[in-house]
Amino acid sequence: MERGDIVETLASFALFADLSRPELEAVAHMFEEEFVPVGKRVVRQGFGGTGFYVIVEGEASVVVDGTERAKIGRGDFFGEISILLDEPPTADVIALTALRCVVLPRAALASWLIHTPTVSYRLLQAMARRLRNATAWRN
Amino acid sequence: MATAPGPFPPGDHDVVVIGSGPGGLQTSYALRQLGVAHAVLSADTEPGGMFRRYPIFQRLVTWTKIHAPVERGTRAYERYDWNSLIGDEPAHRALVPEGMDGTSYFPARAEMEAGLVAFAERAAIEVRYDCRWESTRHEDDRFVLTTSDGEYRCKVLVVAVGMNEPWVPTMEGIELAAHYAQTSRPKEYAGKRVFLLGKQNSGFELADGLLPWAKQLILASPRPARISVLTHSTAAARARYLQPYEDHVLGGGCFVLDAAPEKIEKTATGYRVHAKGTTRPGDLVFEVDEVIAATGFRTPLVDLPELGVATFYSGRLPAQTPFWESPSVPGIYFAGSVTQGAIGLKKYGIPSNSAAVHGFRYNARVLARHIAEHHFGVPPMREPIAPSDAVGQLLEAATNAPELWNQQSYLARVIEADGSGGAVDVGIVPLSHFVDSDGADAIAVTLETDATGDIHPAVYVRRGDAVGEHLLPGDTLLRFDTGEHRAQLTSVLHGLFEKELP
Repeated sequence: MERGDIVETLASFALFADLSRPELEAVAHMFEEEFVPVGKRVVRQGFGGTGFYVIVEGEASVVVDGTERAKIGRGDFFGEISILLDEPPTADVIALTALRCVVLPRAALASWLIHTPTVSYRLLQAMARRLRNATAWRN
Repeated sequence: MATAPGPFPPGDHDVVVIGSGPGGLQTSYALRQLGVAHAVLSADTEPGGMFRRYPIFQRLVTWTKIHAPVERGTRAYERYDWNSLIGDEPAHRALVPEGMDGTSYFPARAEMEAGLVAFAERAAIEVRYDCRWESTRHEDDRFVLTTSDGEYRCKVLVVAVGMNEPWVPTMEGIELAAHYAQTSRPKEYAGKRVFLLGKQNSGFELADGLLPWAKQLILASPRPARISVLTHSTAAARARYLQPYEDHVLGGGCFVLDAAPEKIEKTATGYRVHAKGTTRPGDLVFEVDEVIAATGFRTPLVDLPELGVATFYSGRLPAQTPFWESPSVPGIYFAGSVTQGAIGLKKYGIPSNSAAVHGFRYNARVLARHIAEHHFGVPPMREPIAPSDAVGQLLEAATNAPELWNQQSYLARVIEADGSGGAVDVGIVPLSHFVDSDGADAIAVTLETDATGDIHPAVYVRRGDAVGEHLLPGDTLLRFDTGEHRAQLTSVLHGLFEKELP
């Protein structure tokens, strides 16, 4: 995928929907691209030092203690909880297909969110949706 | 057609290695030590790879410490000599410092090249030079390579061609810019305004070299510059190129800007570059005399993508498994700087050093063993060791092993339970393979640098299906064999090698 295509792809994701073109260019340069072969883990439950990932292409499984809890794909992100709480990830994320991701090192996430409030707002929306789904049993 | 003279004539070979840079030479050396027959082909006329041409400003960014705390030529010395290839015999070790004149901590390009030539000569690495790889196809269980000398058939292909083909991003007017590789002699820039696209090492290298010549220097790329001493990583602007950055910070004649360049135009006297600010938004226009794209390189994969080899990073690197094999075309492996495409754990965002000699020389040794075991029936290395020695050996490795120091969170030393109350040393293994694969109960030790910059051993223990992470304490003087380390590791290891009851 060409750099320009990465910018276009990121632009189509809800998380980055409010960013201007130069801001997207900066994001495309700030995040680094990773390719994960099918079956390999992207983040590992209990291992520290992981980053913030956005899936650009492919599908992955979120596995907690050996049990699949969710499937995620293009435009979905993970790793933020571990960084925000400064704790190791509570799940494995395993590539179900060959996976292309962009990743931001953990040290860079906090200042990026503080300086890019529109992304923080979108991130909050996504997390609110997850929280709503997780607590749906109460109704 | 008459076959040109030289080693490895066209025909059938078990393994073909392409490339005579440090990656190809180190792989050939390691394969030979394991008795794996192979041919080495190179389009060049002499060993050395990219060091025959780069860096532009002639001095490397990787250190070789002539006066080190340990004796030159020992394994522990490799940590202080990032540039020599590694040998099993004393005569093949630490060859770069032999040729250095001692005036710098960093070898000159010619000193590096001479070190590589010396390694090829003393270790008698045979290469078929002047043999250009042109195309590739799959026939039955063989790869068939068409070269300028004829066709080669092989079971295993190792591509060690470097990441050395100039790469530029798509942008209006980019063809007006010279690439880093086309930079002229410094005095050609005397009194000129020079715009540099890119704020990675190659951009800062040019800026540093042109500082005494250029009238004004502007470095621009969308994201802020990363500085090695702040990111704890070699994959950032290195300390030795930071003078232009200091000029920028102190208001000298150099600008280091966060801006996305959008268009380059030719003007009557030079060039006009349009850019949009990122960290500080706004339109920027620069009138300059020269534009240089320090935008990096790509791997010249010839037709491998058409054969199905998956790539990433704008097609600049092949995707790889932890053992540097193409996941989409098994049997094709990569060596040398291309191995940076096997990302590994990249803890705290710090990549491996696989892009540089001091990292990939160890990958080559692991790769050769993997090829020997998986394709040619060479028995795996399994040195029995007394379980009571495991703690001492692991801590000794954490303190001194150059593989662990140079490839942090990437390569690990592994000791495995043998199932009958004993332990075996499995040697050096890619960490991501260890933590993501099944196997006997085992322990792996590596080093890592965390977000605060603390360097400490990280231990991974596999018991049954689960692999757990345990971090040992850091140490001011980087000694990891203290009583505290011993006590903690003993506790982590408890019961690992005990015989399983039937």
